[in-house]
Amino acid sequence: MGIVAVLAAALLIPKISSEGGSLFLQFLVYGLANGAIYALIALGYTMVYGIIELINFAHGDVFTLGAFVSLPLLSVFGLTEGKTGIAVLGGLVLVTVLVMLITGVINMGIERVAYRPLRNAPRLAPLITAVGMSFVLEGIMYLWRGANNLHYPDLLPNLRISLGSGASISSKDVIVIVVAVVLVIVLTIFITRSKLGKAMRATAQDREAAQLMGIDINRTIAATFFIGAALAGAGGIIFGLYFNTVRFDLGFQSGLFAFTAAVFGGIGNIRGAALGGLMIGLVKAFSDGYFLSIWTDVWIFAILILVLVFRPTGLLGMQVPEK
Amino acid sequence: MSRRNGPPGEGAWRWAHGHLRDRNRLIYVALLVGVVLFPPVMGLATGVESATWVGTAADAGVFVLLAIGLNVVVGFAGLLDLGYAAFFAIGAYTYGMLASGLLSASPLHHEIHLPFWLLIFVGMFMAACFGILLGAPTLRLRGDYLAIVTLGFGEIVPTVFRNLGPGSPIGNWTGGINGISAIDPPHLPALLTGPFGFAKGLDFTDPSIYPIDYYVLMVVIVVGCVILVSNLYSSRLGRAWMAVREDEVAAAANGVNTVAIKLLAFAIGASFSGFAGAFYGAKLSLVSSENFSFVISVTVLLMVVLGGMGNIPGVIVGSLTIYSVLYVVLPNLPGYAQSAASAVGLGFLNQPGLSGNWSGLGDEVQRLNFLLYGLILVVVMVLRPQGLIPSRVREQELAKGTEEEAVFDLRET
Repeated sequence: MGIVAVLAAALLIPKISSEGGSLFLQFLVYGLANGAIYALIALGYTMVYGIIELINFAHGDVFTLGAFVSLPLLSVFGLTEGKTGIAVLGGLVLVTVLVMLITGVINMGIERVAYRPLRNAPRLAPLITAVGMSFVLEGIMYLWRGANNLHYPDLLPNLRISLGSGASISSKDVIVIVVAVVLVIVLTIFITRSKLGKAMRATAQDREAAQLMGIDINRTIAATFFIGAALAGAGGIIFGLYFNTVRFDLGFQSGLFAFTAAVFGGIGNIRGAALGGLMIGLVKAFSDGYFLSIWTDVWIFAILILVLVFRPTGLLGMQVPEK
Repeated sequence: MSRRNGPPGEGAWRWAHGHLRDRNRLIYVALLVGVVLFPPVMGLATGVESATWVGTAADAGVFVLLAIGLNVVVGFAGLLDLGYAAFFAIGAYTYGMLASGLLSASPLHHEIHLPFWLLIFVGMFMAACFGILLGAPTLRLRGDYLAIVTLGFGEIVPTVFRNLGPGSPIGNWTGGINGISAIDPPHLPALLTGPFGFAKGLDFTDPSIYPIDYYVLMVVIVVGCVILVSNLYSSRLGRAWMAVREDEVAAAANGVNTVAIKLLAFAIGASFSGFAGAFYGAKLSLVSSENFSFVISVTVLLMVVLGGMGNIPGVIVGSLTIYSVLYVVLPNLPGYAQSAASAVGLGFLNQPGLSGNWSGLGDEVQRLNFLLYGLILVVVMVLRPQGLIPSRVREQELAKGTEEEAVFDLRET
């Protein structure tokens, strides 16, 4: 672990000192905002993996679906570009809640159709259906809006606050980071305090024992999929509002990065996923900024492999017994 | 059990009854017959187009090879590899770099043209080396973490090949986004085609290569690989793999060197992939990083799982099925739909601009491709999670697993 940190420092420090601190701050802000979005997606991966040990490849596409579903909703609520004010923010909150409900229900449907019948099948079978569902979702979005980049309305207020010496933080960055942090905190409280959260943790630990204690396994797993997808749907809207462009196959790359984030933090671990998301966002920002963006994938996956080699269960790894 | 006496004169039936009771053997015989009959039947059925079909069948052979190799990793040793296409890419790029004019533009300033027969083994060796390089530090990871490491590797390798093109810091080694084109075709002996020589006429001196040559070569390679892998399966090593797959701790306790065994499975799987990659590069004469994406890894995994993990004939049937759906049925679907619409008098559907943004039936159906592929994956897996032709042992285990397990069954006493 230390080796990775030292390597990263050795690569970054000369760049930072030669190109000035303001650029570093700028990349840091960008990385945090980007990482917050990855964190939101990573949470869904990590929750689903924690509870049924499935890499839900369709999750990244649920995230894209969130952005796609919100587009017509935004126009229904009259939220078009150029409008500002409290009404817009209120409308956005309303749309976000609606989209979270829709993606949550869709993901529950996916679980019902593609994963539940295979719960006692060989472990690779649900993995294949997950990839299949990912293709189905991408196919639907492709049929719906085509292969072009879609413009997403720029609705967030874009006030720039100077951080001195040329760097600045936008109100957009702040909103994205704050929303993500709030959602993660709410989720953590929910998982640790609520009855359903307790049921989820019990099911993740030992499904049969949980069942014997009177927990409705199917309902608990469906709820996990609902919450994961709701967060991903919110992530989709935030992504659209932040980057102002979406595409049907966006979920593939983002999903891969988010999953990497989940593994990075220790899969099955909520705080690990959030931390991993931020780390991936930062790595991406610094790699894009200081080096060539075509090498970003290589950096991210190489760091992932190195982290796993030295810490086989991720940064905040969950101790999962060998079953 | 009383022996059934067939009516006199039905020796063939009795022979078949004796030898083909085993389902796997029956499939092998059916596959062999199909392979021999395929070129002449296609020749009769489609005439001039048969060369294209035979070439497609040779391409399908590449995927059969990939699936057999991945089956060693996933089916035998139980290691989930989601980056299998990386080794495929390494084999193909090894062939492309060492058998084309590409390296004249690299810092070497010298073209290399090594022969096909050497390079397929070099490609195989390179892929195996990378398999060991990746596997050695990571194979002690728990199942799904290993899957992620291989997935990461599968993303890294094509990206590296794409980025080390013109303008990269260390020069142009891979042709970048355009990949490597004009790769040397292999020199195949004319006698290879044997009884299928009709495609070339009887002129065995013709140096040019026909799809039938690749086809025959591919069949020979696949048959060799099947024999090799079947023997591996029933060897000491094969049993060790299965022991590790079922229970790693118990296997280690019984004296199986689990790390070495897993590494060997990884390297053997990778070498199949590299071999297939080199063949693929030679046949296509074009290698591009686009051809080795995650979708390829998933497709090969699907071939293994759908066919019946661990069972070689199942895997072959699975890969042929998926290949024909993906590369024959789906691409031709728009054409089928158009002719079907014309045939039943709905030809107007084929015109664009019918309503709104309708772009003609052909285009609309084509847009469905991805969706259909996804649906096929889901439906097939939900209906047959154990695969089309699972191995007998697996089948029994799964059937038993779903029943109530009583200590002893009262009905039998």
